[in-house]
Amino acid sequence: MIWRIEIKDKEGQFDSFGSGVHRDIQDLGLGCVKSVRVVQVYLLDGDIVAADVERICQDLLIDPVVQDFRYSDTPFKDHFAASAVSKYRVVEVAYNSGVMDPVEFSVLKGIRDLGIKTVAAVRTARQFVLEGSLTAKDADLIADKILLNKIIQHARKSPADAFKPLTFKTVSGVAPQAVNVPLRGLGDKALMTLAHKGQLYLNVNEMKTIQSYFDKLDREPVDVELETIAQTWSEHCNHKTFRGRIKYSIREKGKTRTRLIDNLFKSTIMKATRTLDKSWCVSVFHDNAGVIKFDSRHNVCFKVETHNHPSALEPFGGSNTGVGGVIRDILGTGLGAKPIANTDVFCFAPPDFPAGELPAGALHPKRVMKGVVSGVRDYGNKMGIPTVNGAICFDRLYVGNPLVFCGDVGVIPAGREKKAARKGDYIVVAGGRTGRDGIHGATFSSGELTHESEVVSSGAVQIGNPIEEKKVLDVLLQGRDENLYSAVTDCGAGGLSSAVGEMGAELGARVDLDKVPLKYQGLSYTEIWISESQERMVFAVSPRNFPRLKEIFDSENVELAVIGTFPGTGKLELFYQGTQVCCLDMAFLHDGTPRITKEALWAQPRHKESAFPCPATFNEKLRQILSDYNVCSKEAIIRRYDHEVQGAAVVKPLAGPACDGPSDASVLRVKLDSKKGIVLSNGINPRFGKIDPYWMAASCIDESIRQIISVGGSLDEVALLDNFCWGNPDKPDRLGGLVRAALGCHDYAVAFGTPFISGKDSFYNEYTDKGRSIAIPGTLLISAIGIMADVNKAVTMDLKKPGDLIYVIGTTYDELGGSAYLATYDLIGNNIPVVSAKAALKAYTALSQASAKGLIRAAHDCSEGGLLTALVEMAFAGGCGATAILNAVPFKGERRRDDVVAFSESNSRLIVEVDPADRVAFERIMAGVPMGMFGRVQEAPDVFAYGIKENLCLKADIHELKAVWKTPLQF
Amino acid sequence: MSTQAKVIVLRTAGTNCNSETAFAFARCGAVVEEVHLERLFSGKVHLADYHIMALPGGFSYGDDIASGRLFANELRLRLGQDVRRFIDDGKLVIGICNGFQILVKAGILPGPFKPATHRQSVTLTHNDSGKFEARWVHLKVEGRSVWTEGLKDIVYFPVAHGEGKFIPADKKTLQALGHSGQVAFRYVDENGADALYPQNPNGSLEAIAGITDPTGRVLGLMPHPERHFTHTQHPYWTRFGHPDQPGDGARIFQNGVDYATRTFCA
Repeated sequence: MIWRIEIKDKEGQFDSFGSGVHRDIQDLGLGCVKSVRVVQVYLLDGDIVAADVERICQDLLIDPVVQDFRYSDTPFKDHFAASAVSKYRVVEVAYNSGVMDPVEFSVLKGIRDLGIKTVAAVRTARQFVLEGSLTAKDADLIADKILLNKIIQHARKSPADAFKPLTFKTVSGVAPQAVNVPLRGLGDKALMTLAHKGQLYLNVNEMKTIQSYFDKLDREPVDVELETIAQTWSEHCNHKTFRGRIKYSIREKGKTRTRLIDNLFKSTIMKATRTLDKSWCVSVFHDNAGVIKFDSRHNVCFKVETHNHPSALEPFGGSNTGVGGVIRDILGTGLGAKPIANTDVFCFAPPDFPAGELPAGALHPKRVMKGVVSGVRDYGNKMGIPTVNGAICFDRLYVGNPLVFCGDVGVIPAGREKKAARKGDYIVVAGGRTGRDGIHGATFSSGELTHESEVVSSGAVQIGNPIEEKKVLDVLLQGRDENLYSAVTDCGAGGLSSAVGEMGAELGARVDLDKVPLKYQGLSYTEIWISESQERMVFAVSPRNFPRLKEIFDSENVELAVIGTFPGTGKLELFYQGTQVCCLDMAFLHDGTPRITKEALWAQPRHKESAFPCPATFNEKLRQILSDYNVCSKEAIIRRYDHEVQGAAVVKPLAGPACDGPSDASVLRVKLDSKKGIVLSNGINPRFGKIDPYWMAASCIDESIRQIISVGGSLDEVALLDNFCWGNPDKPDRLGGLVRAALGCHDYAVAFGTPFISGKDSFYNEYTDKGRSIAIPGTLLISAIGIMADVNKAVTMDLKKPGDLIYVIGTTYDELGGSAYLATYDLIGNNIPVVSAKAALKAYTALSQASAKGLIRAAHDCSEGGLLTALVEMAFAGGCGATAILNAVPFKGERRRDDVVAFSESNSRLIVEVDPADRVAFERIMAGVPMGMFGRVQEAPDVFAYGIKENLCLKADIHELKAVWKTPLQF
Repeated sequence: MSTQAKVIVLRTAGTNCNSETAFAFARCGAVVEEVHLERLFSGKVHLADYHIMALPGGFSYGDDIASGRLFANELRLRLGQDVRRFIDDGKLVIGICNGFQILVKAGILPGPFKPATHRQSVTLTHNDSGKFEARWVHLKVEGRSVWTEGLKDIVYFPVAHGEGKFIPADKKTLQALGHSGQVAFRYVDENGADALYPQNPNGSLEAIAGITDPTGRVLGLMPHPERHFTHTQHPYWTRFGHPDQPGDGARIFQNGVDYATRTFCA
C-alpha cells in the first residue's frame, strides 16, 4: 500500500524557500505569480497501518511548531484539482528513477528508529503551489527554467502519477554469459561506427590497436573488455594530449617554424619540478594529489580537479560531485589524508546574458551559477571542510561550458604517503553502493557537448551524498592509523574499472562483480564495473587485517565488501556469477595506447586597438571597473560556504572591520596548537589568455605567488598546481595556445623556484550549436600552497590606521592589454602584462622579511582593475580614506598617462601600508626594490587621487564605491 | 574519583565540529573523548562516566527531513533516561549549532526534559533569507547560567547555518523563557542595540540566539564559541595584534570545565 504525506508550513509562517523561488520567477519576467508555497511530499510503500503513518508524521517528518501535515492512501480530493482553477497552479517535482536521493535513506532510518518495521520504500517529491492567474504554458516554463532539471527530475501532472512509481525499474534476465563484440575483419569506418555507438570516444588508431590485440588472442572482445580499455585510454584518464607527440608550429611574420614536442607534460610541467629538485617535495604527480613537507611529523597535500561537463548539464549535481570527488582524491592520497580546506574557482558566462542569445540546450548562466554555488555549499559544508579560497571569472564564451575547479588540501602523517597493494591482498570496496549512475563519465568528458548531450549523457550526471563520504572519512582515518590496509584509492571517473585497474597495474586483479554491493538489482556486469556511483573507496587489505577493518567500518555503519584479490598474475580478470567476462593483460591496458601525434599552431592574434583620450576624472571609469563581474564583490557567494569550520582560518576570505574586504590568500593553521601554517591562493586570468597564453601562464603564477607574499607568507616553500581547461585539442589553433601556456608554466615555475606537484587537464570544452562551435577561452588556473612559519605574523588587506604611509611595490608598465579598464571600452588590446621574475623575486623576498618583522600593516596585490582599484578596495575594506599621487608611482614606458598608471595590470606589484614610525626600517629592508610612497591613509572616508601633473583625477566616497562594488552579484 | 572534568563530545554521521569543540575543552583542562553514538547504544561507553556532554555542530544525518531531527530522536528514544539522569545529577550539557537544533528537537531545551512525554515547544527553522549563511554576529549575554558567568556583556561569534531561526510554539512560551531567565544570548548590533538582518542573521524571534534549561546547566546556541576560542580566529584580529590572547568564546568552555571540576572532582 502506498501512503502519501504532505507537509506544509502553518498559516502565518514565512516560507523562505517559497519566497526564494518566487524571486526567481519574478526574475524570469513572470509578474503574474503572486506567491509560491512549497509542500514537501513523502510517499511510503509497505504494509503500513494508519496509526503508524500518523506517528511517522508526528515524531519524524514534521516540525510541530511550524508545520502541518495530512496523509492518505487515496488521492486527496483537491489534489491537482487546483490546476483547473485559474487562481493556483501546482507543479510537483520528483526525482527520476535511479537518481540518488539521500533523504530517502534518512527517512527509512528515522522510521526504523521509531520501531516501525513495515515501511519498505520511501520516495520524496516537492510540490510548488503557484498563486496567480497563469496559464499552463506559464507553469511549464517555470517548471522548465526554475523548478526542475529534466536530467534528474520530472514533473507530475496527474493524481495517478502522484502515487507511483515507488520501485525502480529493474532490468530482468540480465544474461550472465559474456557478450562478445565482433571486431575481427572490421574496416576503419565500421570500427569508428562501433566506437561512436558505444560512446567509447576512441580514435581509429586506437580501435585498430585493440583489434590487433584481440586478433593475437584469437578471440573477439567481451563488451566489458572494450569498455575497460575505453575508460583507461580516455583523455580523462590517460591524458593523451599532454603525454602524446605534438607537432608544434609557430607562425610569425609570414614564416612558420615547426618542432616536435614529445610529451608536453614531461617537457614542461614535470621538467620544471625535476630541474628545481626541491627536497621538501615528498610526492609529485604520480598519486591522487601532490604532497609537500609540513613539519617533522606531518605533510600536506593539495589537489584541484575540474568537473566541467557534468556542471554544464546539471549545475548542482555537477559541482556537488566535483567537490566530493576531489575530497576523495585527498582521502586516497598515500594511505589517506585528512581534508582541511577546500578551494573553488568557477568560470561562467555573465549572469545578465540575454536569454534570447543562449545556444540551444544550454542552461542560463545565472541558473548555472546558482546551481554550482549550491552544489559546492552542500558538499563542502556537510563534509565539515572550510571553503577558504576561490575566484569567479566571467566571459560570454563560457556560455555552453562553464568551468568548475574544486580543490582540497589534506594533512597526512609523514611516511604514510607511500602505498602499494600486496600480492594476496583482498580488493575491498567501501562506502556508497553501486548503481546505474555516472555511466560513461570518463569517456563523456572526453568529447564536446552539444544540445543533445542532455539526452545522450544523462546517465553521466549524479547527485552526491556528502554524509556518506563523511562517514567514510571518519572510519578511513581510523583504519589508516591502525595500519589496516596497504593501499587505498578513490572511485572516480571510470569507477571500479579505473580504481582497481590502477591499483592492480603491476599485480593484476581478479574481481567477482556480483560481490559488489548494489543500490538495486538489475545492473549488468559492465554497468557494475564502470559505474561512477559516488562516495566509494577501494582498499587493498590483507586477509589478516580485514576482520579488524570490518569491525571499525561496521561500528560506524559504513558498508564494505571483499570483491576480489590481487593475485600477482599481471592480468585483469573479471567474473560475473562464475562466468569469466574479462581477461586482459594489465600491460596492454596501461601501456598499449598507440602514441598519437597532434598538430599545434600558434600565431599571435592581433586584437583591435583604439585611441581614446585619458578621462579627466576616473569617477565613472572606476565605478564601471568595480561593478565588472570579474572585479566586484563575491561576498554573497562566500557567505554560502562555511569558511571557518575546523577553527583553523587565520586570514579568512573576507577581511576588515565589516568583514567584507576581498582577502588575497588564505592562511590556515594545520594544527590548532601550532603557529606553523599554510597559505593558499589562486591565479587565473582568461582575458590574458586571449592575447597570449604564455604570458597568461606567467601572470597566473606571479599572481598566485604575489598573493602569498601579500598575506605575509614567503617563497621558501611554495608549490604549484596546474589546471588547464581548453577547447578541442584536435584543432591545431586550440592546441597551439595550450603549448604556449605549458611553456610559460615551465619557464616561470623554474624562475620563481616554485615546483609543480600535481595538475589536471580538461579538454573538449566546446559547445556545438547550429553547426558552429563555441570554444571557451583557453583557461589556466594556477593554485599555490605555501608553508608559513608563523601565522601570527599574517597581514590582511584592509587599511588600518589614518596617517600611515602607502607604498606601491614594483614597476608599472604600459600594459593595459586584457585589463578590466580596456574592457570598459569593449577592448581586449594587445599590450599584455609580462613578468620579470628576477625583479619580482627580489621584491617578494624583501617584503616577506618586512612582514616577518611586523613592519607591514596591510598589503593587497594589484591584479584585475590595477593599482587604483586595489587601493580603493583597501580603503573601503578598512573603513578608511586615502590619498594617492600617481606621479609617485614607478613607471616605465612611453605612454605615461594617468589612466595607464592607474589601471594597467602590470604583474608583480603590491600596495602596502606602513606605520610612519617604521618607515626607515621598512625602506632599509626594501632597498634596491623599485617602489614609491604614493599615498597616505586618511581618517575621512574619501579617496583622493592626483594625476601625474598633480591634477585631481578621483574624489570619491568609500562607502559609495563599496556599494557599487558590492551590488552586482548580490542576488 | 578523577581529578579532571570528563567531557564526552558526541558524534555521528555528519557531525563535523567535534575536533575543535574537543580542542577547546581540552585546552581548558578537561579530559575529552569524542564518542560515536553507536558506542553509547551498544553499551561500550556510558554517559554516566562523564561530567559534561557536548553536542557539536555539523549536519547530523545530512539534516535530511529537518536539522537535527534524526539525532534528536535517537537521543530521546534510545538514550532518553540516561540524558535525564545526567541532567538530574547536576551535570552540564552544551549544544552548539546542530547541537542546539538537536537539544531543541529532542525537547531537552527549553526543558525540563521529559523523555516519555516529549513535547517540542520551540524550534529552529529555515533562515528568513532562505540560505545557509556564514557571518560573524554580536550577542548580548543574558540570563543566569554557569556557562555564561563572567562573559563580556557583548560577545562576537560566527554563525554558519541554514536553519537557525528561533520560533516558540506560542507567545506564552516566549514570555516564560524571558521571565525565567532562560534566554542566554540575543543577536544585537555592535553597540548592543536591537538587531535587524544581517545582525540578526536568521530572523529569530526576539533575536534569540541561545537558551538554557531552567537549571542553566543545559545551554544551546546557534553561534560557534569554539570558533572564537583564540584571538587569531577573530575575523579582523590583524587590526588589534595580540595573537596570543583568548577569544570571546574561551570563557564558556572554561566555565564548564571549572564548574564540573569544582562539583565532581574536588
